[in-house]
Amino acid sequence: MAMRKTKAAKITLKRRDVVKRILSQRGDAAVVTGIGNAVHDVASCGDDARNMYLGGIMGGASMVAFGVALAQPKRRVLVITGDGELLAGIGSLLTIGVEKPKNLAIVVLDNQAYGATGNQLTHTAAGVDLVAIAKASGFTSTALITDTAGIDAAMADIHDRPGPYFAVVKVKTVTGPRLDISRDGTYISRRFRTAMTGEEGW
Amino acid sequence: MVKTKAKTRHWSHDVHSVLKKADVRQVAYVPDGGLAKLIDLCNGDKKMRSVVLTTEEEGIAQMAGAWLGGQRGVFLTQSGGVGNCINMFSMIQECRIPLLAIVSMRGQWGEAYPWQIPMGQSTRAALEAANVIVQPVDRADEIAETVEAAARMAYDGNRAVAVIISQRITKSGGRG
Repeated sequence: MAMRKTKAAKITLKRRDVVKRILSQRGDAAVVTGIGNAVHDVASCGDDARNMYLGGIMGGASMVAFGVALAQPKRRVLVITGDGELLAGIGSLLTIGVEKPKNLAIVVLDNQAYGATGNQLTHTAAGVDLVAIAKASGFTSTALITDTAGIDAAMADIHDRPGPYFAVVKVKTVTGPRLDISRDGTYISRRFRTAMTGEEGW
Repeated sequence: MVKTKAKTRHWSHDVHSVLKKADVRQVAYVPDGGLAKLIDLCNGDKKMRSVVLTTEEEGIAQMAGAWLGGQRGVFLTQSGGVGNCINMFSMIQECRIPLLAIVSMRGQWGEAYPWQIPMGQSTRAALEAANVIVQPVDRADEIAETVEAAARMAYDGNRAVAVIISQRITKSGGRG
């Protein structure tokens, strides 16, 4: 049986607007993106050495960010990813919920679809509740965001509240243009590491 | 001359010392019988943050993050977990991130449980297919120096290196 989309409140937020609003107050935060559209959502706010754009490793964003968060305890580490990417590494939520890194926040842009491959429905379209999973895993604070007021109300939690913090933002499937940023992992990772540590040598 | 069997300490103590000396700060693992003692030592070390994973690929991503944030890590796994890591190795390879892995073998030396044999026999090939340098060791007294050499190649040589500990040493197996 094909998966059916559950009836839900109308989704109005656009992912690019959401990310722009959140990152407008990033401070010195590191940002780790999930693969796919999240890379370009984050890059559209301005390319930044403190952005780690991931590719290929579906399901890996949260744990990459977790490793950064342990190594950089004084810095906020923010994951911007999609629901499909998060679902592929759903066990990571349990691990992070157990470990409770205070400086880690995960924001899921939930369009209920695999945007990079033709908008096939994800499990969230069928009603899987990521916020409930995060809560049950031990995340100290969570939010389900469906409008601009919700983003504004969550800003302090996303950027400052002792975490781990987890938010789902319901967004439309519409994306923006792809950005011409480097796709070279060696370059992006070393640029990021230097921004984190101040070290040039590897 | 009477031959006496010298009371030797378990190799895990020496490996733990090597990891400490290398300033390893993050330890990611899925519990395993062959590595149980080493895992206990790491868990008891306040300078190391030991993290239990739900599945092994989480550890590869964490190790990448550790390096990105300026810390060294070690990934501990049973051979069966190596197969779970394959796609996550993409990041290690594409970004040329140092990775030190210690793998304890099943499905290899005298394995009596048939379900362990397929992945055990694929472990080395899987690692090498993902461009991970493999350093096998089949004598207990050579594990620590092999880990030390692997750590140097990983952290200073910027490579992914896995030390594979033979089932001949751990005597794991038989129960499933």
